[in-house]
Amino acid sequence: MKFLAMCSTGLGSSFMVRMNIETIVRELGLADVAVEHSDISSAGPGSADVFFVAKDLQDAAQGLGDVVVLNSIIDMDELRDAVKSAAARHGLL
Amino acid sequence: MNSVLQKLLDIFREPSVIVGLIALLGLLLQRKSVSDTIKGTTKAFVGFLVLAAGAGVVSGSLTPFGEMFQHAFGVQGVVPNNEAIVGKVLTDYGSQAALIFFFGMVVNVLLARFTRFKFIYMSGHVALYLAAMIAVILIANGFSSWQAVLWGALAQGLVTTLSPALVQPWMRRATNNDTVALGHTGNVGIATSGLVGKLVGDPTKSTEDLKIPKGLGFLRDTTVVIAVSMGVIYLLVTLVAGPGYVEDKLSDGQWYLLWAVMQAGTFSAGVFIILAGVRVVLAEIIPAFKGISEKLVPNARPALDVPIVFTFAPNAVLIGFLSSFVGGLVGMGVLVAVGGTIIIPGIVAHFMTGAASGVIGNATGGRRGAVLGALTNGLLITFLPLLVLPFLGDVGLQNSTFSDADFGVSGLLLGGAVQAGHAAVIGLIVCALAAVLIGSAVTTRRAAGKAEEAPAAAEEGRAAS
Repeated sequence: MKFLAMCSTGLGSSFMVRMNIETIVRELGLADVAVEHSDISSAGPGSADVFFVAKDLQDAAQGLGDVVVLNSIIDMDELRDAVKSAAARHGLL
Repeated sequence: MNSVLQKLLDIFREPSVIVGLIALLGLLLQRKSVSDTIKGTTKAFVGFLVLAAGAGVVSGSLTPFGEMFQHAFGVQGVVPNNEAIVGKVLTDYGSQAALIFFFGMVVNVLLARFTRFKFIYMSGHVALYLAAMIAVILIANGFSSWQAVLWGALAQGLVTTLSPALVQPWMRRATNNDTVALGHTGNVGIATSGLVGKLVGDPTKSTEDLKIPKGLGFLRDTTVVIAVSMGVIYLLVTLVAGPGYVEDKLSDGQWYLLWAVMQAGTFSAGVFIILAGVRVVLAEIIPAFKGISEKLVPNARPALDVPIVFTFAPNAVLIGFLSSFVGGLVGMGVLVAVGGTIIIPGIVAHFMTGAASGVIGNATGGRRGAVLGALTNGLLITFLPLLVLPFLGDVGLQNSTFSDADFGVSGLLLGGAVQAGHAAVIGLIVCALAAVLIGSAVTTRRAAGKAEEAPAAAEEGRAAS
């Protein structure tokens, strides 16, 4: 199972979201979840199982598959809920 | 003995190896498994080589662009783009830049730990670019490598600690939150936008009450944006230069307009490769930095990349980008009128820093704040790079340069000092360090005094920003 955080350059904010997702994945004790980050133009539907983007990139991320849209990328509570429900959707919880 | 020393020196002259060693140290400190450590070290080492390969691709398209621009207009044309210039710089000054970047992080953590400026600069990519600029300015002006690393790391630590503090008062307003900070090399321009908004605007008339059509989502795709914007620039310059010159001297007979499109695409491809390299290098280094800083400075605010503010005011993002870009065009018009080197608006810089300026300007001054604040940012990132060019030595002749406002201000300070003599640089850095330490100690004592009278006023770090 792979989670992918994305932003426009794949350098700063997606990396931060990735590290936060990794923290949450550890908290929840999810096994076999790889978390990565990238720029949105390199990502395709096969790049990951779940994609995380900020609200402002929602349109650009259409068509990738299971896309999670974050209202605020600095809100850990929102991210925790999003990771939990993504994990539940994919039968990890 | 001598030959051992020679081999060691060879190792330290190879930036990819230094980057690998820094990653190795980070992975060991995180107590990663042996396989993760080997994997991470190797990836950082290879990632740097990817970056260097991208630099070659970018230069391949920038060099003919410079010749053509010179032929067409008789002056130098410069496109500010961080990735483009940093690729070139890191192939020449990579070892020193990597060490400044690394020790700069150490200085940042120490300053955050022991002063009231509790900001940890998490935007590794722009920190790496800043380190590259500092390395160039110091070494091109006669500092030895080791002096450059020592004083450069102190300068780097100071800038990365103080720059988020500049924007924090406005960040609190924009995000209604005081737990994160903005870490980007555009911070001087963004803070200026906040100030402009406060002076001229009305925060109750928010950009977010406007109805703005969407559909500019493609602006968020860096590869597309760079290819398209550079395509327009290359085509315009090629048309002025004319088919005779281009097909004769540059394109080796290829149809000149197709050649222009190919060069623009090649430029974007080079940036794409550089970004991939930077991403791989930082992926192995930043998590260690985050973990260590969280342990040593538990109550710090992480300073994060500009997109963290984009979701707070999506309309202001668009308005800010357009206003900043207009500022860049106006600035270019002024440069054309006065003659001399021309700074062509770099679209990525105007998007990233302009959009953030729009959000911050909107928070302090509503619509008018967003427009005028971002416009000011656009003017700043046109004129500041021009002023820094003379301090960059040969790198100033590369037809690209560092784009954001922090590069401009710190480059001007360092460059100005270095022209006055090495002692001036050392004096500047020591004075700045002393000012931060003493200023922090004084405000801490004052805050502690106030705290006895009114405990609520004592909130740690408020006075810092």
